Amino acid sequence: MSTWKALTGAQAVAEAMRQANPDVVAAYPITPQTPIVEQFASFVANGIVDTEMIPVESEHSAMSCTVGAAAAGARAMCATASQGLALMWEVVAAVPGLRLPIVMPIVNRALSAPINIHCDHSDAMGATTIGWIQIYSENAQEAYENTLLAIRLAEHKDVLLPVMVMQDGFIISHGVENVEVFDDNVVKNFVGERKPDRYLLDVDHPYTIGPLALPDYYFEIKRQQEAAMENALKVYLEVGKELSKISGHDYPYFEEYKTEDAEAVIVILSSAAGTAKDAVDELRNEGKKVGLIKPKLFRPFPYKEMRKALEKFEAIGVLDRSMAFGAYAPLYTEVRNALFESENRPKLQSYIFGLGGKDIFKSDIKKVFDELLSGNLNPEEQRYIRLRG
Amino acid sequence: MKEVYEVRMHARAGQGAKSGSQLLAEAAFKEGKWIQSFPEYGSERRGAPTVSYTRISDKRLRTHEPIVNPDAVLVFDPGLARTIDVTSGLSEESGILIVNTTDSADEVKKQTGFNGKIYTLDATGISLDLLHIDAPNVPMLGALIKVTGIVKLESLEEVIKEHFLEKLGEEKVNKNIEGLKRAYEEVSK
Repeated sequence: MSTWKALTGAQAVAEAMRQANPDVVAAYPITPQTPIVEQFASFVANGIVDTEMIPVESEHSAMSCTVGAAAAGARAMCATASQGLALMWEVVAAVPGLRLPIVMPIVNRALSAPINIHCDHSDAMGATTIGWIQIYSENAQEAYENTLLAIRLAEHKDVLLPVMVMQDGFIISHGVENVEVFDDNVVKNFVGERKPDRYLLDVDHPYTIGPLALPDYYFEIKRQQEAAMENALKVYLEVGKELSKISGHDYPYFEEYKTEDAEAVIVILSSAAGTAKDAVDELRNEGKKVGLIKPKLFRPFPYKEMRKALEKFEAIGVLDRSMAFGAYAPLYTEVRNALFESENRPKLQSYIFGLGGKDIFKSDIKKVFDELLSGNLNPEEQRYIRLRG
Repeated sequence: MKEVYEVRMHARAGQGAKSGSQLLAEAAFKEGKWIQSFPEYGSERRGAPTVSYTRISDKRLRTHEPIVNPDAVLVFDPGLARTIDVTSGLSEESGILIVNTTDSADEVKKQTGFNGKIYTLDATGISLDLLHIDAPNVPMLGALIKVTGIVKLESLEEVIKEHFLEKLGEEKVNKNIEGLKRAYEEVSK
């Protein structure tokens, strides 16, 4: 039996971790750490899980510790946000090459400077090129379910890559919502135990992890990493189908909302997609043919599927919650890339919104749709929502 | 009742508005509603102005925008109205303003310029009397549910017990529930 609870996004992910009962969780226990590990630490202290909780002296050490534990054969996790991810970057970048299936929930928050604690996607979007799988969540429920999915995806023998599971800082991480927590035994059965083929504590089968690989083999190892990313596309759907049997929800690469006969759609990630769906409904009631696409799996990016989904529309607005200074914004870049092969490319428009926690309202989304339907678009121009003049 | 009922709470950090918004949401959750409770975060210093929100709905909530047109506004410290437009977006026809003050509703009307329904309650007085601290959150909720009926008194009582029994002990929990009930009786127009 599943149970409905009133939980923050952070608590919802801590519930997923409680059910997965990782062997090791490492965390630097002050800002910018998230309430995810705060809640999880209480599960450890109360004996609800038998995880070895290791408080460390920095985020860099948190990821180092998680890497060591995962290499030893443990299911090891940590969580972070903004500056924390930035500080652990050196080790984060090493994890995919080490082929360690670490799942790390991320509470997406702005990067300094200026100092800001609020939501945007600058932290995770800075980490899209180093080989972590990335899944974005709209609300607390999705963050919970995506964490469960991520564990199976990461540990799959054809993947063996780390996964970041995102939720929007404060908006989701600190907001209380209704969350359906699935039955403990059913979830435990689904996530199972990590059974690595090889691990450092298996002294009968010694192996080397993280060796020196100069021009002789470095390139080849990186090519294998890319093959694992390709496999992740397939495994994501397979594991999602299994999870569907428990949750009753689907796990597509991206969610298509009222797109069937749409003329204009927006592409948008995470919590703002919820607000935007309400805007779509209101415009539909006015007879406007609008819809929405919400990417869930951002790395690997499903280019072919995205192209097929998008090429039938007349106009597409892509809303990014981060910038790629001096280049097109991250989500916009991928949408453009996906459409290059298309015979009938829709008109595109890039929008930036919500940096450093700037609010976004239904009315802002409606204005975007009006602009998309008006045809006043310039695909080489970046437009800004609610930016002060 | 409206399909989505929205409450905004203006307070000072330390007065318990964040917990208040959560207790209210959880009481509605117990009654089978879809809920959201979320605070506006700033630099957290005791005494700084804070805003907390609660949404209660019969259907699944998807929006994640802040509340700009609340159905009810709670003001935990009347001094906030001097510098913050606490009734911003509050309808003078249907909106409800509840202020923690010893002043009368007429005086609050003069202070805020709000021409809608105003209710007052000495929530700080109740809290000082029963708990010897300035924690007006639970009494303010008592006033809110008396005036609006958005959740049942019993649901809030249950949630208060769940949240605080272990942390505060039975005596303080009972005092909180007493404060809730007193506010429920004492709130005035």
